[in-house]
This record gives sequence, C-alpha cells and structure tokens, in this order.
Amino acid sequence: MIKLNINNKDVHVDVSADTPLLWAIRDHIKLTGTKFGCGIAQCGACTVHVDGQPVRSCVVPVSNMENKKITTIEGLDSNVAKAVQASWDDMAVVQCGYCQSGQIMSATALLSANTNPSDDDIDKAMSGNICRCGAYARIRKAIKDAASRINGG
Amino acid sequence: MNRMIKKYNRREFIRLSASTSAGLTLAMHLPVNAQSAVKSGGGIFDPNAFISIHEDNTVEIIIKHIEFGQGTFTGISTLVAEELDADWNLVQAVHAPADASRYANLRWGTIQGTGGSSAISNSYTQMRQAGAAARQMLVAAAAEKWKVSAGDIEVKDSVVSHAATGKQATFGELAGAASRQPVPSEPTIKSAAEFRLIGKSLPRKDPGKTSGEATFTQDLNLSGQLTAMVAHSPRFGATVASFDASAVEKLPGVEKIVQISSGVAVVAKDYWTAKKGRDLLKIQWNEANAFSMGTEEIMDSYRSLAETPGTVARQDGDVDAVFKSADTVYEATYEYPYLSHSAMEPMNCVAQITESGCELWYGSQIQTMDQNAVAKLLGITTEQVKINTLYAGGSFGRRANSHSDYVLEAVAIAKELPQGTPVKLVWSREDDTRAGYYRPLNYHRVRAALDANGMPLAWEHRIVGQSIMSGTPFAGMVQNNIDPSSVEGARNLPYHIPNMQVELHTPEDINVPVLWWRSVGSTHTAHTTETFIDELAHAAGKDPVDYRMQLLKDHPRHRGVLKMAAEKAGWGKPIAAGRGRGIAVHESFKSFVAEVAEVSVNADGSFSVDRVVIAVDCGVAVNPDVIKAQMEGGMVYGLSAALSGKITLENGMVKESNFHDYQVLRINQMPEVEVHIVSSTESPTGVGEPATPVIAPAVANALFAATGRKYYNLPFA
Repeated sequence: MIKLNINNKDVHVDVSADTPLLWAIRDHIKLTGTKFGCGIAQCGACTVHVDGQPVRSCVVPVSNMENKKITTIEGLDSNVAKAVQASWDDMAVVQCGYCQSGQIMSATALLSANTNPSDDDIDKAMSGNICRCGAYARIRKAIKDAASRINGG
Repeated sequence: MNRMIKKYNRREFIRLSASTSAGLTLAMHLPVNAQSAVKSGGGIFDPNAFISIHEDNTVEIIIKHIEFGQGTFTGISTLVAEELDADWNLVQAVHAPADASRYANLRWGTIQGTGGSSAISNSYTQMRQAGAAARQMLVAAAAEKWKVSAGDIEVKDSVVSHAATGKQATFGELAGAASRQPVPSEPTIKSAAEFRLIGKSLPRKDPGKTSGEATFTQDLNLSGQLTAMVAHSPRFGATVASFDASAVEKLPGVEKIVQISSGVAVVAKDYWTAKKGRDLLKIQWNEANAFSMGTEEIMDSYRSLAETPGTVARQDGDVDAVFKSADTVYEATYEYPYLSHSAMEPMNCVAQITESGCELWYGSQIQTMDQNAVAKLLGITTEQVKINTLYAGGSFGRRANSHSDYVLEAVAIAKELPQGTPVKLVWSREDDTRAGYYRPLNYHRVRAALDANGMPLAWEHRIVGQSIMSGTPFAGMVQNNIDPSSVEGARNLPYHIPNMQVELHTPEDINVPVLWWRSVGSTHTAHTTETFIDELAHAAGKDPVDYRMQLLKDHPRHRGVLKMAAEKAGWGKPIAAGRGRGIAVHESFKSFVAEVAEVSVNADGSFSVDRVVIAVDCGVAVNPDVIKAQMEGGMVYGLSAALSGKITLENGMVKESNFHDYQVLRINQMPEVEVHIVSSTESPTGVGEPATPVIAPAVANALFAATGRKYYNLPFA
C-alpha cells in the first residue's frame, strides 16, 4: 500500500512501486480527468500539480509521491484555476478536449507563478502540452484573458 | 450528469413515446433530399428520432454523428433548436445509438457514420425539418388546449405563447399533449431571414471538457472491467508463430493471455499491469507474408512508375501534342511520406459480450461498418452489436477504419473472457504510431507548357500511391481503377487549361495499411497543384494571385476566397527582406479555402511561419466561431505535417514511435492566425477538413518567395 495525498485527501493505493502516478490516479483512485497521451512526458496530457509544480504524471513512479501534495484537474479550486477555466470557456478553446486537462493544469501553474506572462513565458510553460486539434492560438489568448481576470481582481 | 453516455435503444424510444409523462419524443418519417443520397439512390423512410423534450424543459437532441472536436454537437443542435425556437440554454446534445435505419449519414445511403466533412451538410435539411415538425406539434397542442388558431401562436426561447389571450406554456408543459398530435409530413422550415440561431457563434454543446468531467473511452470504468494490451508484429502481415508467456503469467494482476489474429493480448486488472505483461511476452513471428520494404525503396519504385503512363482519370484535349511542339516544358516531381494520425487519445475500445450480443463503448466514427465487422467476427446479427458512441480525443480519420482494426481486437479479446466481462483494449502511443493505418506515401509528377501569354496550355499530372478504398467496404467507389480519394483535388483542378491529363498508378504490392487522413487526397494533391501553378505564374512573370484569378474565370467561389485572403493579408504590400508571402487556394468537401502564409527565413535556412490568413466559403455559416476553430485547427494539422510529419519504414518496420520522433506542432511554433468567412446563402458544406491541405502549398510558396528555393517534398524538414 502506498499512501498518497490527492486533492487534499489521503488515499491508499495497492499498486507496485514502479506504477506511474498517472495510472494510480486513473485506474485506482478513479479520477479520470488526468489523461494518458504518450507515457513518456512528451505530450503533457497527464499534467498534475505536485506541491504546486506542474509534473507529467505518466513518468513519475508512485513510490516517489508519498508525503507530497498532488492536485488533479478535479481538485483545482484556486482563483487562478477558476479564471483559467472561465477564460477557456469564453474563448471556446476546446475542441476534442482530450488534452485540455493537461493544458489547464500547465496554464494554472504558469499563472500561479507569473500573473503577467509574456508570449515567451507562455511558450516556455505550454510547449510541453500538445494539442492535436491545434487550439494553440486560443490557448494563448485564453491565458492572457485569464491573466487580466486575475489582475483585475 | 453523464448524459453523453446515456443509452438509448429502440425499446426505450417506444416507451418514451408512449408515456406522456416522459415528455415528447419525436418519431417521424422524414423525406430524404433525393440529391443527397448518392450511394443508394434511395432514401431513408424508416422512423427517425432526433428530439426528446423533457418535463423539465430540457430539449435533448440526439446526434447521429460523433463529436470528436469538430463541433457537431453544437452545429447540429443549432439546426434543430433554430426551427424548434428552443432556448439554447435548455438544449443538450447526446450521441445517437448505432442504428443506420434512423441515423444514417444521408450522403452515404444507409450507413451511419461521420467523415468527409459531411455532418452539417447531410443534416442541414433533415435536422431543420425535425425541429420544425416538433415545433408544429407543440403549437398544435397549444392551439387545441387554448382553443385558438395555431396561426396566432408564437414560439420563442422554448416558450409557446398567444398574444391576444396572454396564454403561454413551456415546451415541458406542452410535451405530453404535443406527443399525441399527428406528425407533420412536410414541416415548413424557416427562410434565412427568420434565423435566430443559425449564423450566431453560440456556445458549444460538448461540456465537461475544462473540468475533466467529460467521458472518453479511456475513462470508462464498468463494473468488473479488465484492461487489455496487444503485442503487434513489428512488420505488417506477420502472424504469431509461437509465444512464451511464462514471465507474464507470474505477474500479479494478469488475468489472461490471449492469442488473436493481430498478435497476443495480455488482459490484466489495470493498464500498468497489462503493459508490463505485454512487454514481457516473447513472441516468434511468422514473417512469410510480412511486408519488408523501406520507405526509400517504395519511393524508388514509385519514381519508376511515374515515368510510365497511368490510368487516365481526366483527359481534356491532347497534352502530348502540346508538349511535342512546346519550346519549354516545365516539370516537377513531388514526394509525400506516410503520415500517422496521432490523435491525442490513442486507439481504444471497451467490449462486452453477453448472451444477447456484443456491446461496445468507444469513439465510433462509422458505426454501421463497425457493427457489420463485429457481427461477422462473432457470427451474430448487426442488430446484436450495440454501440455506445463516446467522445473521442480526436480522430482525423483514424477511427473511421475500414477494417475496424482496433474494434475487432477488443471484441476478439472479449470473446476469450468469461461471458459478460467488459474489457478495455488500450493502445499505447507506440502502438498507435506503429500499428498502422497511415496517409499513403505518394509520388507526383507534373508537367506543363505555357502559351505565348504565359498561361498554361497543357497540364499533365501523374500520381502514384496506394488505394485507400480498395479491399474495404468502400471498394465500390473505385471506378475504372481510379480510387477517387487518390485523385481528388487533382482530377477536379479548377484552372482553365485547354489540354489537361490526370493519371493514376495504384501499386498493389505495397502492403502498408493506409487510411484517410484529414482531407485525404487533397493532403498531397493540393500541395502539388498549388505550388506548381505558383511556379508557372513565376515563370510567366505574373503575380500568383492575378494568375490564378485569370484561370478561375468560371469559379466564382474560388475567386471569392482568393480575393478575400489576399486583401486581408495585405497581398502585394512590401515585405521585409528575409520574409516571404505565399498563397494557395483549394476546394475540398465542397468548401473553398484560400490561405496566405508569411514566413521568416534565417541565415542558416531555418524558418518560422509567422502569420496565416484564412478565407473560407462553406456556404451558410451555421456557427461562425466553430468554423473559425476548424479552420485554425485544420490549418495547424496540415502545418504540423508539412513541417515535420513523416512515418519512415526501414525493412518494413516503422521507425518512429512516439511524439519525440514523430514531432507535431507545439505552441511555440504556432503562427498568428486569422479567419475570414465569405458571406453566403449556399447550403452549408464541410469545415473539418478543408483548411488542412491549403497550408503546405501556401508555406512552400512563401518560402519560394523568400528564398527562391522550391519546396517540392514534404515535410520541409
């Protein structure tokens, strides 16, 4: 049994130590908002926050995650996250939606650390998240929109 | 709230219809627009059910097409809600069950499925009539109840009212009485001037995608469900000779090891166990019939073929005579690689076999074809194959697999498990990249001669590539050895050229699994034709836009988008050194798209695409913002392939495996993009695909303008 703290809740999962965090979250804790896209930290669909930092959960063994605070898309409740989600909806960013949990986790982490990101900052924070529907222009716009929501109060 | 996987079957529909308290479910006969049923020549006259109005005023719209990002839940709901005069906030969309008798794609005769950018175009009249019929029944119910004339009743935002008496009622209140009204045989639909919703950028109807709540196949957790992964052969066409699973059997959580026709499956309690088990399998493959050529070898054989005449797909005038007497014959050859679809959600499918048949949950793109394939595999009837269509994390053609490949894998595995066990087949990204079904590799050769004014007098276009349709349920579309999807975009080249010949070679000994890939034949034909016409304009010393305009006299819609894109992009305005501007125009799926690309080229030859201006004419713009999203995304999909998309075969094995070596466009490479829509009253046409093929030639032409170098092969890298 491995003890995890996910979305402010302690949970125990009965998995082998090498199981990636992603599969503990999806198959055992049954939180399926975090997506599987590549398994090698190339696409960002599995992004979660570990102690507030964006992490690709598909390559992190669950055994390294004890005593850390893990947040998934289901557990997002900060004002920054709410602003990101609202901007995402307003800008109609989403198409198929499969990558969007990861995009929102990355964008929320970016805006939590930097409330006024430049285009370069956005590129750096978001280039690990692939969107095959090609919503990148709207993602950029939505991040800027969320920034102005946050800064506007 | 998980309405998207709410299951409907015929029995439930009858029950819903019969029970007044459940509200109004509209079952009716709808005439098929004769010209839209190209395949059967007939129509669908069985009852269709598209609308369910609930007591709580919710209008549920049953969508016969899969929602995989293209916005069909929004577009089709708009058509129904428009005629119904429903409150958009009360509209919910759900996937229809698999039942071609009610939910056929009217472009495809009696097949239920999504593809060819046809969802809105085939539904446009049908769904509006469905909405109009329901409205008429609600009005009739109100007229009867209030004892007033139906003609004096108004409907707005899901409220039915009568001004003179001040009476009003909601849809929910009238639903029961409305369900007892006769179904109008020819409901009257609105004129364009009466539209309240069509033409507005209404918010989308596929919710739950920013909160992680939307359910994809990958997310399904049925009671007792197991997970399966398959070890596929490294070469196409190989079969399992023998395998050793002793190491796998020792793994806790492994439930079963199953040999199926495409490989060996490991079934386990979860993904990670199934994957570990799968990777521990030791398999001996029988490669007697395996394909073992490499990409370069294939291309070489195509190069030779292109020197010989192919099957003629179009012949105007006499190109040979012109070439014989011409002073200069321009010639270019083009090479296009195999491409993977690489949707974000790797292929997957949940299957469960019970006494009564087989039930499936997945992003089904052509339900009828999959039902037939599964029925054949299991020896049951098509009706016994129940499909619950779920959102798919993209497809781009991959889930419209003509051999139902991954679906049959899931079913073959389920067949070996205790009856009733649901099993989720999951492909890894590596499986998705390597297990096949690619945009075919293609080789093109084009030749042209110009007249004294520099205008093309003769154009000969020879294409070499595998057929997508041959050997599939679509084989009937192949006529006179011409697979239409191999020559689309080339055979119907709109430019006025008096002597034109298009030829096709379809090699049959290349056993690489191929499939439609967003915009299909146009993915290569648009690049060939639009870069070559640009080259001819340059040779003639003419502006590429003027040159095209002159050759498109009889094609006003091509001209319309060309003009709009050029104007919006500032075509002809001076541009900084090291930068270039290129244009291309192409028709696909009856929509017209022109794109202008601006590039910056660095001293080392590397370049970036900085800005793309897109103009589209897709007839009536049902939802302009969804159209813009499809133009943006379609362009990105094409740009991604043009910059780096390439599947390489070495000795029959696919070299690429994941996003590190099959690179796709990322946000840091994203150009600025703007989309302009031509105002039109024509019937709406496709938007999912038509932006994709236009970007590669636009960028190639921009690079040529900036560098003088011609980009004949894709990818550019």
